[in-house]
Amino acid sequence: MGHTLVEKIIGNKVGHEVKPGDIVTVPVDWCMIDDIMVPFAVQKFEEMGFSKVAKPDSVVLIYDHFLPATQVDDSRHFRVGDEFAEKYGIKNVHRTDGICHQLMTEAGYVKPGDIAFGTDSHTVTYGCVGAFSTGIGYTEMAGILGTGELWIKVPETIKVEIDGTLPGNVTSKDIILRIIGDLTASGATYQSLEFTGSTVEAMSVASRMTMSNMAVEAGAKCGIFAPDEKTCDYCKIPYDDSIKALKADDDAIYSKVLRYRAEDFVPVCACPSLVDNIKPVSELKGVKVNQVFLGSCTNGRLEDLRTAAAILKGKHVAPFVKMIVTPASRKIYREALHDGTIEILNDAGCIITTPGCGLCCGRGGGILSDDEVVVATNNRNFLGRMGTSKVKIYLASPVTAAKSAIAGEIVN
Amino acid sequence: MFKAKIWKLGDDIDTDIILPTEYLAFETVEDMKPYAFSPLRPELAAKIQPGDMIVAGHNFGCGSSREQAPEVVKALGISCIVAKSYARIFFRNAINNGLLLIEQPDLYDEVKEGDVAEVETGKEIKVNGKSYPIASLPDNLLEILEAGGLVKAMRKKNGLD
Repeated sequence: MGHTLVEKIIGNKVGHEVKPGDIVTVPVDWCMIDDIMVPFAVQKFEEMGFSKVAKPDSVVLIYDHFLPATQVDDSRHFRVGDEFAEKYGIKNVHRTDGICHQLMTEAGYVKPGDIAFGTDSHTVTYGCVGAFSTGIGYTEMAGILGTGELWIKVPETIKVEIDGTLPGNVTSKDIILRIIGDLTASGATYQSLEFTGSTVEAMSVASRMTMSNMAVEAGAKCGIFAPDEKTCDYCKIPYDDSIKALKADDDAIYSKVLRYRAEDFVPVCACPSLVDNIKPVSELKGVKVNQVFLGSCTNGRLEDLRTAAAILKGKHVAPFVKMIVTPASRKIYREALHDGTIEILNDAGCIITTPGCGLCCGRGGGILSDDEVVVATNNRNFLGRMGTSKVKIYLASPVTAAKSAIAGEIVN
Repeated sequence: MFKAKIWKLGDDIDTDIILPTEYLAFETVEDMKPYAFSPLRPELAAKIQPGDMIVAGHNFGCGSSREQAPEVVKALGISCIVAKSYARIFFRNAINNGLLLIEQPDLYDEVKEGDVAEVETGKEIKVNGKSYPIASLPDNLLEILEAGGLVKAMRKKNGLD
């Protein structure tokens, strides 16, 4: 019997074939703890009575949600993290480098075939390089810190096949939003999403990250791409036979197969206040915009900033619109400075902020008030996420975000 | 067997509703309690009595991996949640905190807030004279739940309790 990609990755790690429904204990290659969860994970680790961290070099601490601190208690999280790292010999600590999910692949940690867990639901992002990764709570993280392993149930897989060439104003964000709309916010619960087809093969790793990142919004346990030459270039590893073997078998068994023609995709938004409330931008004419947010682990990468800059070049955001741009990492920020992208965005009237999670989680600047509308490139539009529970959050691509900022209403 | 008064919520009750981000960094779960469910029903946290239960639709606990969500529900004294389905991270987090979750497809559509349920774990729930069958959890999860959560299970493993 053939295997899906996630079954192969898990099978390789446990040393025997696995099938959906099997409960197996896996060794953990990487565990990521973000600043919100650090104190809680440390407290649980100590309550559990462990005296050492099983694999200190597999642990990565990343400060991003609370950076720079905006509330008086935030810095406690950095202090607890620093003390924990010092005490248990954890060398991988990123204090100001960017968003955790960007850094876990960008800084060279997670590679194809790895298994990673993180204390944030968007840990699914590392599926973009062909890794199995998913979010867990801080108590389970404490358990991994002590034991170096975790039990998982091998998921069933939904195959998503996309072939053809995308229209010019459509990005991978529009694709994943449409898929979430079709599956619903719980349609892939407990399952793996496996993305294939000529359209995803033609995509950059950055575009794939956007899709892996949002797999969890359909409830998925992971959202995964078979690694290829582009993946290996990005991860700075050779494209050898072990990487080539990381793909689904032709006779793999799927719980469901979704097939799309790339030419059929149109620009869409996830409308308030559910991620699966998907509407074409063409049906949102006349929705006035107060603010635009370009950033987050979903769409804060160099290609996203460049896409927006190409649209905003020589133009200006509408007089009553504030457009906030938050690069996903320090490296992206530097590259965008170097190639002139930041200058274009600045001249267009954007507010450029330091790398981090920023407005996505309702921290940092840009909090909104009742009945205000924000067009945002991040991954969640839940009630109250960016201010009061009456703020209307429309999730969109960087193209839609930039065009809407200029028009002052939702357009593409 | 235990009896519990029902508080009824809808589909897709996400973790930002259960506990918004701005309260996540409060030092103790006691500090967080008054803000549970505040974006949707700001009055609810003050009304919930220890032993009450939550009944909800599909995909309860979707969204972020914040474990404060099941912790705050547990701290409010909720005896169990009965929903049509759960998001996976919330499901694991709840079990790891010793919070009982029950999947039941029909009960949600047939009960109203304020009804009183009789719960017999692993067997059935009775409401308004009708019985709703419920399944048992897998053994590895039952072990964690019976130990009182993952911390206690690990302490036992480390020879502390």
